[in-house]
Amino acid sequence: MKRFLPFLIVIAVALITFGSGYALYRSKKIAAPSGTPGVAGGIHVRGKADAPVTIEEFGDFQCPPCSTMSGVLHKLGEEYGSRLQLIFHHFPLAVHEHAREAAIAAEAAHEQGKFWEMHDVLYKEQALWSKAPDVPVLFEGYAGSIGLDVERFKRDLLNPEVISRVDADQKLGASRGVTSTPTLFLNNSLLPPAEINPAGLHKAIEDALNPPQKK
Amino acid sequence: MSKRTKNTTPSRGQIILYSIAALFCLFGLADATYLTVLALTGEAAACGGQAGCQEVLGSAYARIGSIPVAAFGVAGYFTAFTLATFAAFNYTRARTFFALSVGALFAATLWLLYVQAFLLHAFCRYCLFSAAICFLLMGLVVASPSPRAAKD
Repeated sequence: MKRFLPFLIVIAVALITFGSGYALYRSKKIAAPSGTPGVAGGIHVRGKADAPVTIEEFGDFQCPPCSTMSGVLHKLGEEYGSRLQLIFHHFPLAVHEHAREAAIAAEAAHEQGKFWEMHDVLYKEQALWSKAPDVPVLFEGYAGSIGLDVERFKRDLLNPEVISRVDADQKLGASRGVTSTPTLFLNNSLLPPAEINPAGLHKAIEDALNPPQKK
Repeated sequence: MSKRTKNTTPSRGQIILYSIAALFCLFGLADATYLTVLALTGEAAACGGQAGCQEVLGSAYARIGSIPVAAFGVAGYFTAFTLATFAAFNYTRARTFFALSVGALFAATLWLLYVQAFLLHAFCRYCLFSAAICFLLMGLVVASPSPRAAKD
C-alpha cells in the first residue's frame, strides 16, 4: 500500500486542484452578467434605443483619454442623431485615487435624473478635482451647479444601492475583458485601441451603417 | 517515476523537509490556480480594487500568447509538489528533479519580480505571495543534503 501512496497523493491533489479551479471558474462565470452583453445592463444611455449603431464606453472619470473621448463621442452623437446610441459604463481604475468616488458621485446624480450632467461636469473639471485633497466638497459643488438637491446627493453618495451599481459595471467590464479605459464596444464588438480616435470611430460607425457589399 | 533506492531509508529530517516543501508547493498551487481562474474569467482587471494588482495582471507580461502566466505557475507548482512527494517517499532521483524544478520556478520568480519592480513599477500581492513561496522552496533545496550525500 505504501508503495502506491505517493501516486495516490499526487492524483488526489491533481483532482482537487482541477475540481476546485473548475468550480471557481464556474461560479465566477455564473456571477457575471449574461444575455446581450452590456446593452441590457446599460442604464446610462444617450440616443434612441432602436438606433442601428450602439457604442458602449467603459470609462473612468479620472482618466485623461476618457475625458477626450467624452468630447469625441458627444460630437458623434450630435452628428449621427437617431442613428447612434451611446451607453456609458463605469470602470474606475484603482490607479486613479478619486475615480471610484467620481463614479459614485455620477450614480448619486443619476438618482435625481442628472447622470449625464454630472458625467459632463466631471470630465470638464477633471484636471481640477483629480489633484484636489478634498474631492467630496468639490463634487457637492458640482451637484449644486447642475441643480441637484445637495443634501440628497450627499446621502446618496453613501447609499449601498448606488455604490453597487458602480461595482456591477466594473464586474461587467471585467467579464468582457476590459482592462483599460476608455474601452469601446460598437454593436457588442470590441473596438481595437488603434480605432479609438475620431477618424477610426467615424469609419467604424459608417461601416456599421453601410456594411460593405459582398461580391 | 524516479527510481527508488533500495538500500537506504529516508532520514526523519528528509521526510520532514520534503513534506514541508510539498506543503509549500500546495500553497503556491492554490495561489497560481486562483490567478489562472481570474485571468480566464477576465476578473484580473478588477482584482479586488488593488492598484498594483490591476496593473500587473492586466499587463502584457501577464500572458504568453493567449495563455496566462499563472497557468505555467500551476504546472510548475504541481510538478514541484509531485517531485517533493516522491522525494519524501525516498525516490532518490525525485530529489534531483525537485531541485531542478524549484530552480526553474525561482528563475521565473526573479524575472517576474524584475518585471514588477522595474518595468511595471507595481506589485501584485498574489504574485508576491507566490514569490515568497518560491524563495522558501529555494531555501529548502539549499538546506537539503544532495542526493549523493544522502546515499553516503
